[in-house]
Amino acid sequence: MIPMTPTDAGHAVDAVAPTALDHILWGVFPYVVLAVLVGGLVWRYRYDKFGWTTRSSQLYESRLLRIASPMFHFGLLVVIIGHVAGLLIPKSWTEAMGVTEDMYHFMALSLGTVAGVCTLGGIVLLIWRRRTNGPVFSATTVNDKVMYLVLVMAILAGLATTLLSAGADLTGGHGHDYRETVSVWFRSIWILRPDVAAMAASTFAFKLHVMVGLTLFMLFPFTRLVHAFSAPVQYPFRPYVVYRTRDQHPNRSERVVRRGWEG
Amino acid sequence: MATPSASGRRIGKVMAQVAMVMNLDKCIGCHTCSVTCKQAWTNRSGMEYVWFNNVETRPGQGYPRRYEDQEKWEGGWVRTPGGKLKLKAGGRLKKLATIFANPKMPAIQDYYEPWTYDYENLIKAPLSDDMPVARPRSLISGEPMNVTWSANWDDDLGGGEELGRQDPIVQKLGEQVRFSFEETFMFYLPRICEHCLNPSCVASCPSGAMYKRAEDGIVLVDQDKCRGWRMCVTGCPYKKVYFNHKTGKAEKCTLCYPRIEVGMPTVCSETCVGRLRYLGVILYDVDRVGEAATVEDEHDLYPAQLDVFLDPNDPEVQEAARRDGIPDRWIDSAKRSPVYALAKKYKVALPLHPEYRTMPMVWYIPPLSPVVDTLTKTGHDGEDAGNLFGAIDALRIPVEYLAELFTAGDTAPVDSVLRKLAAMRSYMRRINLGEERDESLAEAVGMSGTDIEDMYRLLAIAKYDERYVIPTAYGVDDADRGVIEEIGCSLDFEGGPGMGGMGGPVPFGEASGRPDAASVETFHALKTRQTSDGRSDLKGRVNLLNWDGNGKPDGLFPPSDNGAAPDEKEKP
Repeated sequence: MIPMTPTDAGHAVDAVAPTALDHILWGVFPYVVLAVLVGGLVWRYRYDKFGWTTRSSQLYESRLLRIASPMFHFGLLVVIIGHVAGLLIPKSWTEAMGVTEDMYHFMALSLGTVAGVCTLGGIVLLIWRRRTNGPVFSATTVNDKVMYLVLVMAILAGLATTLLSAGADLTGGHGHDYRETVSVWFRSIWILRPDVAAMAASTFAFKLHVMVGLTLFMLFPFTRLVHAFSAPVQYPFRPYVVYRTRDQHPNRSERVVRRGWEG
Repeated sequence: MATPSASGRRIGKVMAQVAMVMNLDKCIGCHTCSVTCKQAWTNRSGMEYVWFNNVETRPGQGYPRRYEDQEKWEGGWVRTPGGKLKLKAGGRLKKLATIFANPKMPAIQDYYEPWTYDYENLIKAPLSDDMPVARPRSLISGEPMNVTWSANWDDDLGGGEELGRQDPIVQKLGEQVRFSFEETFMFYLPRICEHCLNPSCVASCPSGAMYKRAEDGIVLVDQDKCRGWRMCVTGCPYKKVYFNHKTGKAEKCTLCYPRIEVGMPTVCSETCVGRLRYLGVILYDVDRVGEAATVEDEHDLYPAQLDVFLDPNDPEVQEAARRDGIPDRWIDSAKRSPVYALAKKYKVALPLHPEYRTMPMVWYIPPLSPVVDTLTKTGHDGEDAGNLFGAIDALRIPVEYLAELFTAGDTAPVDSVLRKLAAMRSYMRRINLGEERDESLAEAVGMSGTDIEDMYRLLAIAKYDERYVIPTAYGVDDADRGVIEEIGCSLDFEGGPGMGGMGGPVPFGEASGRPDAASVETFHALKTRQTSDGRSDLKGRVNLLNWDGNGKPDGLFPPSDNGAAPDEKEKP
């Protein structure tokens, strides 16, 4: 299914048999994360619709936010598109489309670096704002702090993999081709046959990034990150003025009121 | 489907709206409406700066500061050269593109930074030569602060010319508006949400959480669907949608819908000492709203909106209303509506800033008092029709100012209203003095003596059940059977006090989980305060209006340096 022994000597892929730890990390953990993410979102939506918000702090401070927040979010959107392209589209497809390895590599690294740096710069500015602005800091919960820590780690690890690849390119070598390891593993998760060996063959930087990323997904339903799932994509397609009737039970006034003593 | 009305125009879909009129001549600026509204709805943390109802002195900057400057805040709608309506702050795609940081949102300083006083210092300060003082502390950051602005900083023209000159309308009218004591004029403008027919806040909401209720036209925010994108704050040109900075959700005046539904007036109306508020149903043709909001000339917006209102006494209107599912008792109520009478029959009520093109539904009877005051100050008889008519013509500045507020700058309708009010004054004085009725006074303003007397009854006598004609949301029979009261027990929600619980700790901070109904929270805060000897547990909320300075509620002040909670140290 995947090249266990890379024929290309330039690739620094170490073919080793997956250990028990590998199986736990790349075979079991993804499903735990998936269960927590989906279950958590459903639970949060049912239990806590009221708490499902961006918890914006713009009212307190908007000068810094105006620069940092779009920088972070737009950077992140590009990063997400990059991840989708890199993880979901098999290498053979892009090659079939005539995109050579070098072209793809150049695109991914340049765009990835720019977007990654924007994202990191944005989040650093946002955290700095959060720490130094009194009102914003006092509106910060422990939950937020943990989330920021994992988020920044995920971004740093991701950027590290990109920069390592770019560095390898600049010194004339070849970076690790995640499209033959991480991407293969990622796609295999969804057909319920996790290719642990593929992921195990990846480098430490990628493994770290994936681990932190999975942790972040696990935190998603329980932090302010949930607001990402309510991105208002339907807004351009609805009429401007929304009308709603008073309640869902038009005969509510006729509903029999249960007496306290009726148990 | 559409039936032609008496005027020959086809009646589209009929909808009902509970609307308000305020008679500004009777407003003494006592702020009772603001205070009772705040006590009922917004005395929660995160809402300290929120005034669903506020009373502004005009000329003045209003609340938030200079909210009428739409070149800056970009609220409301604009008409494109092509004759379409567009949100002034930009269309849907621009909204989505700027969703990560709203470029046109007022900061807390544009309202004011809420504060409290360090009262405890008054009794806990060590002995010294100086009198201890209660220093102001910010309710946002908890730090000591200097109070430099608040909701009514320029109340009663406080701050004089320096602040008054920053009123956007004064700036528009230029140097003609005088602020010297002898030459100035002043009146009060109470404001709530306009519950517009064409609400730009609703149109701005990316989540679709804001909506206009089909039954009564009340504009509400679904707290469970609001995601805190803050676009509604920008969209509303009246700046009457507020962002609760603790829960991260938008909140706004609800027209006290739980009261309206059972036929009671809003809290602000009920407690108004001047009895200047009127509540009633308006039937309108919803298919014509868009057309009326898009008329080219801003001066035509007021008559266009009047045209959208339907005459509830017209049998064809009644038929169309029944066709569209409006209950008969609502149609009957609309016939007796004081709002319809003042706005459309007598034409003495005017919309606030029709040029925002939102079709506002809280209307105002402009005050005659600046004119009367000037007359009496100069030694003239302020109730003589001739004097009054002359003065309305001569005193252009108050009239132009009022026109900027109510008719997009067109002085003719304001003139006409003031003349009617003046005619009523003179006509009724003759009756009071036992003189003969002078029909010519009424005719001079295009009314009849009977009309004048009816209007006088509505405006001056202002009986409770004539001021507030509100049909219940439920059947009248239901009300008689007491069913409404039973479903209305607001304490009986799941996990609520009526069900034996006060709600436990919640995992995502105080804003998460199912919220207490605001009235429940207030009820408990008050009850605890009134019935306990010790310090009451306000459930971690700082309720300023209930707080008598006793103890330090959690979250009011930052924790002390030695780490011990202040309360623990103080225990004997």
